[in-house]
Amino acid sequence: MTVPQPSFKERAAAALSDGALKIAIDRTTGTAERKRAAALATFPEFDAARAKGKAIKNHVIAHLDHYLEMFERNATAAGAQVHWATDDAEARAIVTRICLDANAKLVTRSKSMLGEEIGLPHALADAGIERVETDLAEHIIQLAGERPSHIVWPAMHRTREQVANLFRTGHNPPPAAEDPGTMVQSARRELRAKFLAADIGISGANFLVADTGATCTVTNEGNAELTTTPPRIHIVTAGIEKLVPSTAHAFALLRLLVRSATGGEMTQYTTFHHGPRRPGDADGPEEMHIVLVDNGRTRMLADEFREMLRCIRCGACMNHCVVYRQIGGHAYGGTYPGPMGAVLTPVLDGLAPSRDLAQACTMNGRCAEVCPVGIPLPTLLRAWRRRSWRERLEPGSVRAGIGLWAMLARRPALYRLASRIGVRALRLLGRRGWISRLPLAGGWTAYRDMPRPSGRTFMEQYRAEQARREGGR
Amino acid sequence: MVAKPNPRVGLFVTCLVDAIRPGIGFAAIQLLEEAGCRVEVPQGQTCCGQPALNSGDDTDAAHLARQTIAAFEGCDHVVLPSGSCAGTMVHAYPELLAGDPQWAARATAFAAKTHEITSFLVDVMGYRPQGRRLDASATYHDSCAGLRELRIAAQPRALLAEVEGLQMRPLEGNDVCCGFGGTFCVKYPQISEAITTEKAEAIERSGADILLAGDLGCLMNMAGKLHRRGARTRCFHTIEVLAGHADGPAIGEEG
Repeated sequence: MTVPQPSFKERAAAALSDGALKIAIDRTTGTAERKRAAALATFPEFDAARAKGKAIKNHVIAHLDHYLEMFERNATAAGAQVHWATDDAEARAIVTRICLDANAKLVTRSKSMLGEEIGLPHALADAGIERVETDLAEHIIQLAGERPSHIVWPAMHRTREQVANLFRTGHNPPPAAEDPGTMVQSARRELRAKFLAADIGISGANFLVADTGATCTVTNEGNAELTTTPPRIHIVTAGIEKLVPSTAHAFALLRLLVRSATGGEMTQYTTFHHGPRRPGDADGPEEMHIVLVDNGRTRMLADEFREMLRCIRCGACMNHCVVYRQIGGHAYGGTYPGPMGAVLTPVLDGLAPSRDLAQACTMNGRCAEVCPVGIPLPTLLRAWRRRSWRERLEPGSVRAGIGLWAMLARRPALYRLASRIGVRALRLLGRRGWISRLPLAGGWTAYRDMPRPSGRTFMEQYRAEQARREGGR
Repeated sequence: MVAKPNPRVGLFVTCLVDAIRPGIGFAAIQLLEEAGCRVEVPQGQTCCGQPALNSGDDTDAAHLARQTIAAFEGCDHVVLPSGSCAGTMVHAYPELLAGDPQWAARATAFAAKTHEITSFLVDVMGYRPQGRRLDASATYHDSCAGLRELRIAAQPRALLAEVEGLQMRPLEGNDVCCGFGGTFCVKYPQISEAITTEKAEAIERSGADILLAGDLGCLMNMAGKLHRRGARTRCFHTIEVLAGHADGPAIGEEG
């Protein structure tokens, strides 16, 4: 039996009525916005850096086949095994197979949105493998049994106070106090034993460096290093759009990524993983597997969503989105929330179940303004609206309303007449300048009043005045 | 850009101004004439097509684009009291008609001669209002389309600075969307309401007597919310104040 899933509107309504959620969202996005602004204030070359970042990504996207082959060649030469997955099911199967072949019981995982995208957490559980999330925020949502609500701060929907409750029951022994410092120490103690006991460490990649075959992870907690170094096997799962030609290009994008995400100049930990342990190395895994995942990306390459492949997953678009800041990440219902998620989710999950995402946007353009690689997010959302319209996914009432309006708007004389009648009708509904209940626009008057038209239409008054002027000549 | 003397300016009234607040249209005519323009109001105009465009209905949007372009063919400039509708004409019309060999060039030429009114007055006509006085405090909301699609920010402020007695107060989050979003506010009323409430709170915190903005859609949304909350803030389109009409009724006040 399939349980009916709540609709976007239901999820949004639930989020809007959750006062603690709003506090959590405001704290995180507010801080992110302030820190990004401060970082940009001391980075006058931002526009130039953005142009460069955009050019790097466009170049790689235009020559994706070339760089993928180069990456595979160099990663293989460094001793890694490269796997190709066309979709999420293949990616899950590859990772699960590696785990089962290695007889792995315990897997540590460093935060990766691609892992969420391909459903890796569930796949590991289904294979009977214990999974431990090592990113602090992922640790929190693992305790809560939830999915990430933000691509940089997956647990941003949880307040400090809620995290304290989760740790009290989830940690053994529970934290001695509920200040952030003590709670972090408690999580560190919990995770340390797992880091050392894990058979396999799974990470994502912020960059795949084509000319060296290295993968790059960036974190502020150091958990990626502890996830990928002590276990026997390191598995990387990465989307093919993470390619960059060289290490220098990775750093050019990193300057944009870190400032846009956290407002820092550089992440605390930036590590290039270059093949498994070599003879003479002090540490490192015996095997390194890199799973390159397509999952809709080559399809985007060929259509109008191509520019979305530039995305470096900084989260700035959602931090600056008025809708995200009201409803948070879970209401979007996909792996990726916010404006970038509203573009990607229909690619990954299909347009019919996610058609609301592109519609639930005010088209204010702030997301595109802050995007460090210049993705025209409103333009891409409009492209989804166009498809929704073409595929008749919009409700009949909306189609009928637009149809009637367009029929009038395409006939100026009739439109002027209809406006005159409409204005007179609206004036009848108003009291002392305002309309407080409006048929067919209850969505407006449920929450705000509608100013009553102040008199006859402009066109009526203007034409009367012109006639008077001409008569007076 | 430098205008030729006494240019022929076609006023695109916008559908909301036509129906809800014609006074904004007359304020536009007054200011344009003061700036030395010959103003006409072509009768072939209706709406810029944004409701269709934002619904994904490009067929109707393109039809309205062609209709509007044809209606203003004889004008040196097209001027609108809305950054949102102007943004549609400047950016969307050329895209909508790019594949139409008969219309692509006309759309590009039309886009080049189209302006939001405060930017037209300042950047093209070099106009400044003379002898206006209003003893009040006001705050200004930057409507999103004008701000981000047309870079309108300095021009309305420069014009308002010429009004004697008018004290401008800062608005927290002045460049953050008010939650209107065209059809968004009726399709997702609860989300819109949450956004608009934060905007109304910021306006009230500014302590200003008057809220100003350059788009009637946003103004109707904010004014309607402020009124529902019982706030005393009076709301005007920027050009109503510039034309000296702020002694008359504000949005929602009876004349």
